[in-house]
Amino acid sequence: MSSQTNQKQASLFTETLLQSRRNFLRKAGASTFSATTVALLAGCSTKLAMADSGSSANASVKQDIRILNTAIGAEHEAVAAYQLGAESGLLVPDVLKVAVKFQGHHKEHIDALSAAVTKLGGHAAAAKPKYNFPVSKLKKQKDVLEFAAGLERGAVSAYVGAIPVFDNRDLSAAAASILADEAMHWAVLRNALGLDPVPEAFYS
Amino acid sequence: MTPSKQNVLIKLRHLKPSPTSMVLSATLLSCLVLLTNTAHAGDPLTGKDIYNRCIGCHSFADNRTGPRHCNLFGRKAGTVQGFDYSDAMRNSKIVWNETTLDAFLKAPLQNIPGTIMGYAGVKNDRERADLIAYLKQASGSSECK
Repeated sequence: MSSQTNQKQASLFTETLLQSRRNFLRKAGASTFSATTVALLAGCSTKLAMADSGSSANASVKQDIRILNTAIGAEHEAVAAYQLGAESGLLVPDVLKVAVKFQGHHKEHIDALSAAVTKLGGHAAAAKPKYNFPVSKLKKQKDVLEFAAGLERGAVSAYVGAIPVFDNRDLSAAAASILADEAMHWAVLRNALGLDPVPEAFYS
Repeated sequence: MTPSKQNVLIKLRHLKPSPTSMVLSATLLSCLVLLTNTAHAGDPLTGKDIYNRCIGCHSFADNRTGPRHCNLFGRKAGTVQGFDYSDAMRNSKIVWNETTLDAFLKAPLQNIPGTIMGYAGVKNDRERADLIAYLKQASGSSECK
């Protein structure tokens, strides 16, 4: 890909990000997200007490922990993927800045989800020592953006599928909050790729 | 209409039905299920699009948050080398084929309680058939050999 195209993508990317920031991620909104998520996850303590008492809720709590840990595993992979993109040397500075920002969001998701697992009496999943990424197929900035967009699109579906199966509805609400962030990432990446950022009204 | 939109509309349509509409819905649903089971052969092309829902955790070539899908058909569940399965999956004694995948993908947590696949499932029969058709085609493709 020519440097001119890269720059055009970078400019599109930055512009989209700025709009996203203006429209969705104003400071107050971002704080609300964190505070709300933490508050929602704090509600898990009731379930933990029930699990400790050996009630029938125990199996439900264990299932919630498994679902959370699967989500944490996917978030760790996303962090590693953005790291790969950041270190690839294929991203122009403005795009790199956004990639690092998105990576930071995934790290925040891990922190929040891991705290919930601990609160529920479980052990949070750790990052794998190695991830298998299609490195040989990442030859230009567009490839990296497409790769990241695919992961974000998959993350949207993963949270859509996880939200209904949490026994603890506080966890469903927290996961919905994270889903919204993943969807914004996906839209920004699609826009940077010159695709319709929000092609449909519904997603499964 | 996209599959996602269809899904949402179906779910909304079934919210708090009246007793009369419940009977009608159940009858219609039975007919629909019967028709779907007997008439619809999965379309791998549509299934490829539905597989986009899986790529947050799965790929054909590599183990990720979920196990790799290459050579899925005929494989005993919980046996991909290098993937850390739940005990539930490892002990399920399931062999993956159209029937077992259909049951699992419809409601993973009910089908194998204890699985780490914390996903509600692909509830639409036609979508599931399409997805399974794609899985069958792609998991046995030359890229997977």
